[in-house]
Amino acid sequence: MLDTALELHPQVALRPEPFGALAYHYGNRRLVFLKHVDMVRVAKDLGNHATLQETLEACEIAPARWPSFAKAFESLQSSEVVRER
Amino acid sequence: MSVEALVSQLKGGLDAPICLTWELTYACNLQCVHCLSSSGQRDPRELSTAEAKQVLDELRDLQVFYINIGGGEPMVRRDFFEILEYSISQGIGVKFSTNGAFIDFDKAQRLAAMDYLDIQISLDGTDAVTNDAVRGAGSYDMARRAMDNLQAAGFGPFKISVVVTRHNVDQLDEFKALADSYGAQLRVTRLRPSGRGADSWHDLHPTNAQQRQIYDWLLAHGENVLTGDSFFHLNALGDEPLPGLNMCGAGRVVCLIDPIGDVYACPFVIHDEFKAGSVRDDGGFAKVWKQSELFLELREPQSAGACSSCGSYDACQGGCMAAKFFTGLPLDGPDPECVNGHGEHLLEGVALASNPKPSMDHSKPAKVTAVSVSLGTTRNVVSVS
Repeated sequence: MLDTALELHPQVALRPEPFGALAYHYGNRRLVFLKHVDMVRVAKDLGNHATLQETLEACEIAPARWPSFAKAFESLQSSEVVRER
Repeated sequence: MSVEALVSQLKGGLDAPICLTWELTYACNLQCVHCLSSSGQRDPRELSTAEAKQVLDELRDLQVFYINIGGGEPMVRRDFFEILEYSISQGIGVKFSTNGAFIDFDKAQRLAAMDYLDIQISLDGTDAVTNDAVRGAGSYDMARRAMDNLQAAGFGPFKISVVVTRHNVDQLDEFKALADSYGAQLRVTRLRPSGRGADSWHDLHPTNAQQRQIYDWLLAHGENVLTGDSFFHLNALGDEPLPGLNMCGAGRVVCLIDPIGDVYACPFVIHDEFKAGSVRDDGGFAKVWKQSELFLELREPQSAGACSSCGSYDACQGGCMAAKFFTGLPLDGPDPECVNGHGEHLLEGVALASNPKPSMDHSKPAKVTAVSVSLGTTRNVVSVS
């Protein structure tokens, strides 16, 4: 997952919330919770870097947290909040 | 963050609602005995087209992704399509609830051509006798005709929305089969004693044995059936929770805008006590959502009250605020349909007719009818014309 090139799905809108953000997919009409503000920062920045790992580095996410981010983005990919590019 | 942590965040409120219901009109061609908004006659104070668009502008700015439009029958508004199209053009998807009376083939084609639109046809029985006893004569055929037209127009997967009652609970499999036959999605929700439902609830709400039946059925059909998370009080029946957020969203993630612009904590509490303000007030909807005293209070931790000594509270959360309120039970106590029977016991102590009445009633004046269908025995007699 960490070496995958990802981007926010173009049909997804993010709405900031105190816990992170709500992601709404206008295509499949699913509502997904991004449960941490760091997740939101990374999700927004995905398109600017070659891989997820490079995005995590750019967002200064500590390597110890990378596995949990990898898992979270895998789940976001399955709900089409993010997609491979 | 765990689901529990997320739920506790949501209980503290969001910057904007997730699930906003907007009843566009109190006018309705039907007079369903359980109508949550006591609809029938149009209210002369109804929001104008321009006001409705202003509300949509506000919702767009708040990033409300979609709204649930209802009524009354929303399609009786002359500007229905104008409002619908404006909302979608602003990036606000729409799901609207209708009895289907006005969905002829032409309208079905027009609806099928729109993006970000869901339609929910109300149906409370898989046969005319069961459905029409609650929704009125001819309403079953009306709904089926609308479904046929949507299918013929290639609308795609619309929704069939069922309020579960004592009389249709045995039809859950048939409802599912009907939905499948249309390629539609089934939605089943809980009957509340709101609006005219206050008068029919005692005769229509499922028995305790039927509540077990609903719980088991929902566990078996889980992810494929929508429920609006309305059955969370049934979670006290077992270790396995029903899919969805196990919480009351009123004023936290949910609210209602009524046809005259008043904002209530949820669609089932149209009563002054749960009115937070109006979209016509200075500051509009956003100020009501963010600052109204009522909503801020609902976002505070709620007391379990009489339920705090019950081992099931974590599972059922004390049930539904609206159900308690309109049956005359205290809000910090058991739901009238508490599966452990605590609510039923309390209901016996509520003096007959002492429960709060809706603050507004838009029902059409009673007609003298040749045929009256009597629902139940002693408590209520409801005439269906």
